[in-house]
Amino acid sequence: MYDVIVVGGGHAGCEASYACSKLKKKTLLISANIKNIADMPCNPSIGGTAKGIVVREIDALGGIMGKVADKTHLQIKMLNSKKGPAVRSLRAQADKVEYPKAMLNILKSQKYLEIKEAMVEGLDVKNKKIEGVILENGEIIKSKCVILTTGTYLKSQILVGDTKTPSGPHGENFSKNLSDKLRNLGFEIQRLKTGTPPRIDKRTVNLKELQEEKGDNKYYTFSFDNEPSYDLDKQISCYLVYTNEKTHKIIKENLDKSSMYGGYVEGVGPRYCPSIEDKIVRFQDKERHQLFLEPETVSNDEWYLQGFSTSMPKDVQERMVHSLKGFEKAKINKYAYAIEYDAINPLQIKSSLETKIITNLFTAGQINGTSGYEEAAAQGLMAGINACLKIDSKEPLVLKRNEAYIGVLIDDLVTKGTKEPYRLLTSRAEYRLLLRGDNADLRLRKYGYEIGLIDQKQYDNLIEKEKNINYVINLLKTTNLKLNEETKKIFTQNNIEIPNRSESLSKLLKRPEINIKFLKNFCSLDYNEEILEQVEIAIKYEGYIEKTKKEVERLISLENKKIPKDIDYDKVGNLATEALEKLKKVNPTTIAQATRISGVNPSDIAVLSVYLKKEYGKNE
Amino acid sequence: MNDTICAISTALGVGAISIIRVSGPEAISIVNKVFKGKDLNKVDSHTINYGYIIDKNKIIDEVLVSIMKAPKTYTKEDVVEINSHGGISSTNKVLEILLCNGCRLAEAGEFTKRAFLNGRIDLIQAEAVSDLISSTTDASRELSLNQIGGKLSKIIKNLRQEILEVLANIEVNIDYPEYEDAVLVTVDILKEKIKIIEKKLKEILDTAKDGKLIQEGIKVALIGRPNVGKSSLLNKLIEEDKAIVTDIAGTTRDIVEGSISLKGIKFRFIDTAGIRDTSDKVEKIGVEKSINTINDADLVIVVLNGTEKLTLEDKKILESVKSKKSLIFINKNDKKLNIDLKNTIDVIYGNTINEDGIDNLKEKLIEMFNLGSLNLNDFTYISNARQIALLKGAKKLIESIKEQIENEMPVDLIEIDLKRIYDVLGEITGETYQDELIDELFKNFCLGK
Repeated sequence: MYDVIVVGGGHAGCEASYACSKLKKKTLLISANIKNIADMPCNPSIGGTAKGIVVREIDALGGIMGKVADKTHLQIKMLNSKKGPAVRSLRAQADKVEYPKAMLNILKSQKYLEIKEAMVEGLDVKNKKIEGVILENGEIIKSKCVILTTGTYLKSQILVGDTKTPSGPHGENFSKNLSDKLRNLGFEIQRLKTGTPPRIDKRTVNLKELQEEKGDNKYYTFSFDNEPSYDLDKQISCYLVYTNEKTHKIIKENLDKSSMYGGYVEGVGPRYCPSIEDKIVRFQDKERHQLFLEPETVSNDEWYLQGFSTSMPKDVQERMVHSLKGFEKAKINKYAYAIEYDAINPLQIKSSLETKIITNLFTAGQINGTSGYEEAAAQGLMAGINACLKIDSKEPLVLKRNEAYIGVLIDDLVTKGTKEPYRLLTSRAEYRLLLRGDNADLRLRKYGYEIGLIDQKQYDNLIEKEKNINYVINLLKTTNLKLNEETKKIFTQNNIEIPNRSESLSKLLKRPEINIKFLKNFCSLDYNEEILEQVEIAIKYEGYIEKTKKEVERLISLENKKIPKDIDYDKVGNLATEALEKLKKVNPTTIAQATRISGVNPSDIAVLSVYLKKEYGKNE
Repeated sequence: MNDTICAISTALGVGAISIIRVSGPEAISIVNKVFKGKDLNKVDSHTINYGYIIDKNKIIDEVLVSIMKAPKTYTKEDVVEINSHGGISSTNKVLEILLCNGCRLAEAGEFTKRAFLNGRIDLIQAEAVSDLISSTTDASRELSLNQIGGKLSKIIKNLRQEILEVLANIEVNIDYPEYEDAVLVTVDILKEKIKIIEKKLKEILDTAKDGKLIQEGIKVALIGRPNVGKSSLLNKLIEEDKAIVTDIAGTTRDIVEGSISLKGIKFRFIDTAGIRDTSDKVEKIGVEKSINTINDADLVIVVLNGTEKLTLEDKKILESVKSKKSLIFINKNDKKLNIDLKNTIDVIYGNTINEDGIDNLKEKLIEMFNLGSLNLNDFTYISNARQIALLKGAKKLIESIKEQIENEMPVDLIEIDLKRIYDVLGEITGETYQDELIDELFKNFCLGK
């Protein structure tokens, strides 16, 4: 008897089984193919806008994605570094051979974790409660909780042109029956689609024709505990290339041969990650589109052609690739393909990621309708944490929208559902000035510590950091600049206008041309860069941070208006039909959550509030 | 909202007929119980039916009953309207019978509240209905009707759309920093956009001022020493004897007001207690009230006694209105004038005995408020204090944005304020949910529609 069985060894499964075993729960990870654990079947990168912040959040809570990425990347960059602090986000080109290896090593060293190679085809359910899983060979393995992280492996089909082959990624075995079993249990199954571009043998590309994109000339790590372990100068570059008239002509002429336009696809693909034929059809006036040639690993010369995902037949793909400048003689190692798979409707899961239908059954990752390694890992971690809390009869950890991107992600899923593979975007977060990559530890480490994924030493470091930040902020607020010949000279030397009167250093720091390093001229600021960065952000953007906090207060007041679990929406009366249906389906736990459901209008919320007041007294 | 409500929806005692409105799931069946005529449960929707309201087989009134079935009604519920013969006693009796047969008396504004809650009208429309009920002049009624039509909602929705497009562009820049497909919203581009948004906001706010005039009317305070003829002037202006006029100085101890309509705009004249140092306690309170009235008046008319030289008190009064929009009425020009007023602000001479100067005064008022140029045909004015406050809030945010652009704040931070403006505009049309809003709103409704 296990405490937790994790089905699937992708990014969600890895975090889930790591968290459960770290929390000393007897855990079994079942993977269809152990060599595919932590596989990156699509882009060879970890992080990106919003996603990079999620990786930091995972690390803050005690997950492992960031730690592994730090050790195995080929290049790292801070995106949006010229924009405000809220939208900066790390992205690393990960080595897709080394990353899975490192991950597997960590999992293998977990004392409470066993790994088994098998295909799960059924669930052992009694009285709407999970009791274990059933393998392909009929074997039943018992557990208290099950976490499904099946990725794209539910009834997967690979599409290339007009050919449709039942298969997982890389021609792997897939689960034929599990999604039907889920449907029989009452889950709504939806068909989703995603795609991946061709892989090119880099040696056959004339890189001189391409524009080089280097990694940042500054050290970064995802993890708050890691020191940089790479060599700045040894980062591997990416390359920028454009499609051209010839490429577009080939695509237009062969449109009916693509799976998408030929009508061979039933799954819904993501709008934010369109195939190249989609881009050309939808944006007719664009003369060219950007593509990036990205390294996948140091182990071989297979490179990833980002932006060129397509479901064209192989011969058309050849011609498309060869039309690109520098790619005239390029050799395609792996053709682009689209993949269709089954997922459940995320409206059927709770904020804890436990399903509403089957007790102690959790789902995370692509099965919940998301896309992306980071989104998957985040859910895997939360599902793992909440399965453990459930076993211990404790309240689940539900992060709020003002606390973490992970909170935004899960709340969006369980409140709004999704019709296409869901990707996190910074624009999905209302309070992103608070949800920065640089302060993920300050936001979330305490939760990790309470749960037991963050150890005492990590926690002590956090408390020390907090103390120092507050000290320096206070110092700058209470220290006035002394205007004398000596200090005036410093301003002149730095080409900065001399203030006309003595003011506090914190006021001075609010001036756009002054940074915190400049203040070292006037007071001792012997702290590491991390602390000074926090102080600088807190002071420079104080006004906006306060504004955002005010808005959070409004959210919290609505969040505190709980909706009783036993509410009968049919009795409320006067709700619009659409709102009634949605409210019944989502079953929001608070008025705040109800306001976020699409199709529920302010008048419906008013009706609901009046009803709650009437029926349940003061609904505070 | 599962119960059926009723109320008299016309002014009591005025007009030849009164309308009693009933709304709710049992509206038709309840009225049918007390109606002698066709079976109302069986008649078609939107029909008018002749018959009698009866009470224990006794005929109470001869009536026409309109049957309107949900959802195509004002409240989106079943609605019945009973047209009865205007007399107070028979109308009240009909209402009483309905209450005895299962209706509940509607709370103030409840019909409109139901219309709003059932999604029949948006917030601007709901507020406009509230204004319509209390509007007393033709111009303000027309303004209310225009808002019900949603003209204002449309203007604001367009502005929101414009802002939304800028927001979306900034978001794309953030989420896809390496893609060239979207134009990068730079500070310079943002500056231009802000200019346009500011201009549109200003246009709406400018009409808001006019809208407020139309809706709430212009408040005019009459001030002056005791017994200079303020009350007489008020009576002449409104053509009725509202204020008590005596020869005894200090007669008016409380605020007396009356109104007239000039060019469709309501002028509310407020007679104040004469301002003087007094030991009379009651009069003293009156004097204090007068000073408060001056503070929130749109215009102050200083009334002076033309037969006397300016006194110290007159001078004090003139000094106190210096910063207000004001004019001077020199009274008693039917007698010998001794007043030694230097040419200061606008002065009208006249008296309340043979009514000389009263028409001049009215013309002056029209001129001062530019009512000749007020475009009464295009009533897309914002007119409600809540709406104006929200718009002013939005304008403040524009100021903050401009300031932060100067401070070289990153665009994605400035966007926070822009998003807020988007939300604020949504609050005007009721598209963003705000908890307190609805309670606040329906407090201001009066009975019936």
